[in-house]
Amino acid sequence: MSEIATDADVETWTFRGYEMVVGLEVHVELATRTKLFSASPNRFGDEPNTNIDPVTLGLPGALPVLNRQAVELAMRLGLALDCKVQRSTFARKNYFYPDMPKAYQISQYDEPICIDGWLDLPGSIRVGIERAHLEEDTGKSTHVGGTGGRIHGSDFSLIDFNRAGVPLVEIVSRPDIRTPDQAKAYVSELRAILVAVGASDAKMEEGSMRVDANVSVRLPGAEFGTRCEIKNVNSVRSVGRAIEYEAQRQVGMLEAGESIRQETRHWDETDGRTHTLRSKEDADDYRYFQEPDLVVVDPDPEWIERVRWSLPVLPAARRARLAAATGQPADAEAILVVTDRDQDTYVVAVAEAGGDAGRALVHVKEAFAEQGERPTVPAADLAKLTRLEVDGKLTATQAKQVLAEIVATGGGDAEAIAAAKGFEAMDTSELESMVDAAIAAQPEAWAKFCAGEGKAMGALVGAVMKASKGQADGKAVTALLEQRRAT
Amino acid sequence: MSDEFPTSAADIAWNVRNNITSAADVLERHLAAIDEREGDIHAFNLVLADEARTRAVEIDEAVSVGRDPGPLAGVPIALKDNMCTRGIPTTCSSKILDGWRPPYDATVVTKLREAGAIVIGKTNLDEFAMGSSTENSAFGPTRNPHDTTRVPGGSSGGSAAAVAAGFAAVSLGSDTGGSIRQPAALCGVVGVKPTYGAVSRYGLVAFASSLDQIGPFAHDVADAALVLEAISGHDEMDSTSIRQAPLDITRQLEMGVAGLRVGRITDLPEGASPDVAARLDEAFDTLRDAGAEIVDVKVPAFGYGLTAYYLIAPAEASSNLARYDGVRFGHRIEAPDTNAMYMATRTDGFGAEVKRRIMLGTYALSAGYYDAYYGRALKVRRRIAADFATAYERADVLLTPASPTVAFHLGDKTSDPMSMYLCDTYTIPSNLTGDPAMSVPFGTGDDGLPVGVQVLAPALEESRMFRTAAELERRAPR
Repeated sequence: MSEIATDADVETWTFRGYEMVVGLEVHVELATRTKLFSASPNRFGDEPNTNIDPVTLGLPGALPVLNRQAVELAMRLGLALDCKVQRSTFARKNYFYPDMPKAYQISQYDEPICIDGWLDLPGSIRVGIERAHLEEDTGKSTHVGGTGGRIHGSDFSLIDFNRAGVPLVEIVSRPDIRTPDQAKAYVSELRAILVAVGASDAKMEEGSMRVDANVSVRLPGAEFGTRCEIKNVNSVRSVGRAIEYEAQRQVGMLEAGESIRQETRHWDETDGRTHTLRSKEDADDYRYFQEPDLVVVDPDPEWIERVRWSLPVLPAARRARLAAATGQPADAEAILVVTDRDQDTYVVAVAEAGGDAGRALVHVKEAFAEQGERPTVPAADLAKLTRLEVDGKLTATQAKQVLAEIVATGGGDAEAIAAAKGFEAMDTSELESMVDAAIAAQPEAWAKFCAGEGKAMGALVGAVMKASKGQADGKAVTALLEQRRAT
Repeated sequence: MSDEFPTSAADIAWNVRNNITSAADVLERHLAAIDEREGDIHAFNLVLADEARTRAVEIDEAVSVGRDPGPLAGVPIALKDNMCTRGIPTTCSSKILDGWRPPYDATVVTKLREAGAIVIGKTNLDEFAMGSSTENSAFGPTRNPHDTTRVPGGSSGGSAAAVAAGFAAVSLGSDTGGSIRQPAALCGVVGVKPTYGAVSRYGLVAFASSLDQIGPFAHDVADAALVLEAISGHDEMDSTSIRQAPLDITRQLEMGVAGLRVGRITDLPEGASPDVAARLDEAFDTLRDAGAEIVDVKVPAFGYGLTAYYLIAPAEASSNLARYDGVRFGHRIEAPDTNAMYMATRTDGFGAEVKRRIMLGTYALSAGYYDAYYGRALKVRRRIAADFATAYERADVLLTPASPTVAFHLGDKTSDPMSMYLCDTYTIPSNLTGDPAMSVPFGTGDDGLPVGVQVLAPALEESRMFRTAAELERRAPR
C-alpha cells in the first residue's frame, strides 16, 4: 500500500521568502520477462548470480540484443505521460565500478525514446516531462566490513549480477514542482500510472522505483538557483522530507551569505538530513558515444498507435469517472484511495446495479481495504444496502453493521441481515418524539444550542442515540434539531 | 605431401565427403607440417591436436554411416585467438586474459562445426588485434613462412602464416583496418574482409565494434568463397548482423570479368613501393585483357581514412577494453583498494600498443575534445562513404594495393608507430564504409616476396568482388 499525498496545501511553500524549484528523476524497473539485452530472467529476489549469462557479465565477445518488450513498455509509459515517441539511439556511459560489468552502462543519451510529455497532479498543477529513456541497471554490491556499507575501507565486496542488465526507464520531469506535497503527489501519481499501464510494479521498498530530486531555491521571479541532486530517497514520505530539508538548508546558506555548490547529496533517513556525496568537480567524464553494437530504434507509427490504443483507462480518467458518479471532487481522499486500490470500477458497478455511488464510495473506502481489485461482495449486494440507506430504511450506523457482516461472509442480502438483526427503520414520528424528549430533558443544552453553541448539539444527539440504542441516524437527528431551532 | 593428396579446402571436403580420403589422414598431414615448422614460425598460441583428432574420428564415422558432415567436411581450420571457443583459452595474445576460458562458442565457430570443419588451433595476433605485424603479441611474434626474418603482417598474422605454411587448409581472421588483407598480401594467400554485418561478430572479442569483421584466409579464391558462405548469414545474437541469407558466391566464380567496369583511383594516396605499384598496373592490364573495362574514378577523401580511423578505432577500443578490470575474469594484480587493483591489473596486463590506443581513444572522447576529434572523425567517415558511393556509380569494383610494401623485417617498424600505421593506408577505407574488400596474391615483388592486389566492391557485392579476384588468380604472373 503506497502513501497518498492528500494534503490540501499543495499550492505554496515558502521559507523566509524563498521558494523551492524541484525536478524529479525517477528510475523504474520495467516488468519484462527478460533483461534489456539478454535472455536471462528479470526477476527480483533470486539466489545471487543465477540470472546471468555472457551478455550480463560483459564477457569478451558477448553482444547486446535489444528486448522488444522493454521498448514497448517504455512506449506505454511514455504515451501514458502524453510524451512523443521518437526515433532513438543508445549510447555508452563509460565509468569503472565493480558492479558495472562492461565498465560502461548502455543508456539512451541525446536521443531518448520519449520526450515532451506531462503529468497532471490530482487537483493541482501540471508537471512537464522532459524525457523518458531506456537504460540498463547495474549489479548490486554489498561491502563487508568498514563503515557505512561503503566500498571505501571495506574488507571485501560481494557482487550480485542478477540485477545487471535489468531494463530501467528514467523519467525526468521539468523543474515545475514548487512544494513538497507536489513532489509527493507527483511520485504517487506516476507510480499509479506505471502500475496501471503494466510498465512496472513500481515498488519503492524493493527498489523497482527510485527517486532522485534536483532541488534549488530562489526568490520568486528570480533566475533558477544552483541545484543539488538528492539521492537515496526511498519512500514517498522521504521525498517530501528530503526536499523540505534540502530547500531549507540552501536558504540558510544563502542567508548566511554563502553560495550553493552544485553537488550530489545523500538523504539520510535516520538523521533527516542530506550529506555531500560528491561535488560537480569530482564528477566522472562519462565519454558518451553512440553504442556501436546496437542499431537505431525507430518504432513505426503503426506500432505506436497500436500501443496507444492498448492503454488502459488511466488513474486520472478513472478518478474523473468516479467523481462524476459520486458528485465528489476528483481529488477527494476517498476517490484517491479507492482508485489507488483499483476499486473504482467496482464502485461504478455498484452504482450501475442501482446503488448509491456516494454511499458505496464511503463503504468501499472504509471497509474494503483488505479486498483487492475485485471485491468478493457482489456489487448488487452493496447496491441494495446503499438503497436501504438512502431510502431511510437503515441508519448509517445500522448500515455499517450490516456491511460488516456482508464483508465477513463475502456477500448477502442486506434487507434479510437487517431484519435478522432486528433493525427496523425508525419512522420519522418516532425519531421526532425522541428528539423532543431529549430537548425537554436538557433545557440548558437546548438553550446553548439555540444561542449558537455548536458543542451543545453533541449532548442532545447523544441522548437520542442512547434512547434509540444506537439505531437512530445521526444525520437525521441533527437535521431535526436544526429544524426545531429554526421554527 | 604427395601430389595426389588434397590441399585445398574444396578438394579435402570433396574427398572426405566421398570417403576417398579420411579426415584423420588430412588432419595428420597438417599436424605433421606443424611439428616440422611451427617452432620457426609460431603461428599458433595453442594447437588443439587432441580435440582435432577426436573431431576427425567423428567426421569419418559420420561418412562411414552415410551422413554428410557438411561442405567443409574434414577441413582443418585455424582460428584467430580473439574468437571465443567454449572451454578453450581465448587470449587475444594478451596477458590480461590469462587463464580465461569462454563459457560459449562464437557464432562462426558454431557454424564451422555445423559445416564439418575441424578447428586445429588458435592463432597468434597483435594484442587485441592492434598492430600490422603480429609483433605486439604477449607471446612473441609470428614469422613469415616465405622468409622467417620477416613479419607475416598483422594483426591476423598467425592465421595468414598458418595457411601459407600449410598448417591449416583455411583460417579465420578479423579485420578492423586491414588485419586480414594486409597479412594475406604479405604471406601470399587470399584474405577477405566481408561486408560489415555479413558475418556475425558474436563471440569475436571486440577491438572497434563498428569496424570489426571476421573473414577467411585461404590458398585460393574458391576456398575463401567456400568458407565465407559457411560463416555468413543473419545471427539473432548480433544486432548489427544483416538480415539476409548467407552469401552466394561460388556459383558465380567462373563467370569472368567481361564487361565489368574496374575502377582505378586516380587520386589514391601515394606510398606504394615501385614493385607493388608495378604489380597493380599489371593487374589492370590483365583484367582489360580478360574483357573488363578500366575506368578512372576519384575518391578524394580516401587519404583522410587513416586519420579518422586512428580516432574512431581507439575511441571504441578504450570503451571495449574497459571491462578488463580484474574483477570478474582473467588477470588480476592484488592491491589495497579497488582503484589501485584496476590500475595495477591494467598496467601489468596490457602491452604498450594497447595502452597507447586506450589513451588516444579516451582523449578523443573526453569532454571538450569530443567534437574536435571523435565527432569530426565521424564526419570524415560519412564523407569517405559518400565518395565511394560516387565512385561506384562509374565502376563495379576498384583495385588498389593491399599493402604498400612486401613483408618487412621484424623490428623494422616497432619503434615508430606512425610507420606501422601507414601499412593500413589502402585497407582502412573499406572498414570505415563497411564495404567488402579482399586481397588476392598477384605475382611477387622485391626479394621474390608475395604481392597482394586488393579488390574493393560496394556493400553485399561480394560475388562481383570474388569474380574479379578469381580472374586475377587465374592470370597471375608465375
